[in-house]
Amino acid sequence: MAASSENTAAAQPDSDLQHPRSPGDLFWSFSALALQGFGGVFAVAQREMVDRKRWVTREQFLGDFAAAQILPGPNMVNFALMMGDRTFGLRGAFAALAGMLFFPGILVLALAILFSNIGSLPEVQGALRGMGAVVAGLIASSAARLIGALKESVMGLLPCVLFIIAAFIAVGLLHVPMVWVLFVVGGMAWFWAWRQLGAVRVQRTGA
Amino acid sequence: MSGISTLSDVLAIFLHSASLSLMAVGGGITLLPEFHRFLVAEKLWISDLQFTSAVALAQSSPGPNILFVSLLGWNAGFNGGGYAYALLSGIAAMLGIIVPSTTLTLLITRWAHRNQEMRLLRAFKQGMAPLVIALLFATVWVLVSANDVPARDWKLWALSAVSFVVLWRTKFHLLWLLGTGAVLGGFGLV
Repeated sequence: MAASSENTAAAQPDSDLQHPRSPGDLFWSFSALALQGFGGVFAVAQREMVDRKRWVTREQFLGDFAAAQILPGPNMVNFALMMGDRTFGLRGAFAALAGMLFFPGILVLALAILFSNIGSLPEVQGALRGMGAVVAGLIASSAARLIGALKESVMGLLPCVLFIIAAFIAVGLLHVPMVWVLFVVGGMAWFWAWRQLGAVRVQRTGA
Repeated sequence: MSGISTLSDVLAIFLHSASLSLMAVGGGITLLPEFHRFLVAEKLWISDLQFTSAVALAQSSPGPNILFVSLLGWNAGFNGGGYAYALLSGIAAMLGIIVPSTTLTLLITRWAHRNQEMRLLRAFKQGMAPLVIALLFATVWVLVSANDVPARDWKLWALSAVSFVVLWRTKFHLLWLLGTGAVLGGFGLV
């Protein structure tokens, strides 16, 4: 991706989307994305795919993220498949998937061979702790950036905030398994959005 | 402890992974108990220690967490037949976990793409957006509250807060911050 498009990206509207140039571009982009993902690959995906490369809008990203979570299979694998398939069909899907797994797979095996010797060193554990703290900041920054997408939501800002608080309390404080929260709170939000979309349609045809 | 030493064992680990593929929700970590039962308790292919260290390693290594499956396969193969079987079993376990869910995901997303104007699907995308944001905040909460001794951990919190502001407001490259975090942590400064 050209450096100029990255520098001016912040000022561009959502409609000005870029596309991956080839399956090879998908492979290398997802390799780079996966190798940056220490514990929070989805937050890196938001930064790379929405903010830097501009392959999807914030709204599309949130939809894809939710679908990748709910569909069976590992969520990052699902996400790579969806992004690749949309642009280059089956070739794109496999290129993105290969990017997601190939280099990280080699790396994790290399680390497994190394780690049996150095894993217990306090320096190594300290470094992992420090990186974990940065990852927490990364995920928070992704959430903060995605909140802007809710302004255009048909659901209305107040219901959105209430759904966020309810889901946060359930998962973060009460440790309810995520799947249940997605089904129950997500189901209510889905129904609410469905209702609101119906209301918009009635208004339009009525006017 | 025996390990994987024949091709039919390789097939067995592939089939076991494949049978679990559609049950992997989220990052796939929910499958851990089932892999433990099969590999450690039933087949005796890997030890308890190998199991837990493989999972910890996959968590702290970059990339999707589901790679823990290939590490488990690698260990099982290495115990039984050295590097050749390690590689074979690692790949077989990973393919097993991926192929069924991949097929289903492609079928469903293509159907959804053809019907993207459908009200139910548009409502799904809009309705799930607040949930996704809440899950991100909940993840942050879990990560930060794992270090909960203010006198000792305030420096970690400060590092998280600085990272948050920098990554939120700028396009500063993530790897520089991760490197900084690793160096500060490695020297015991946070």
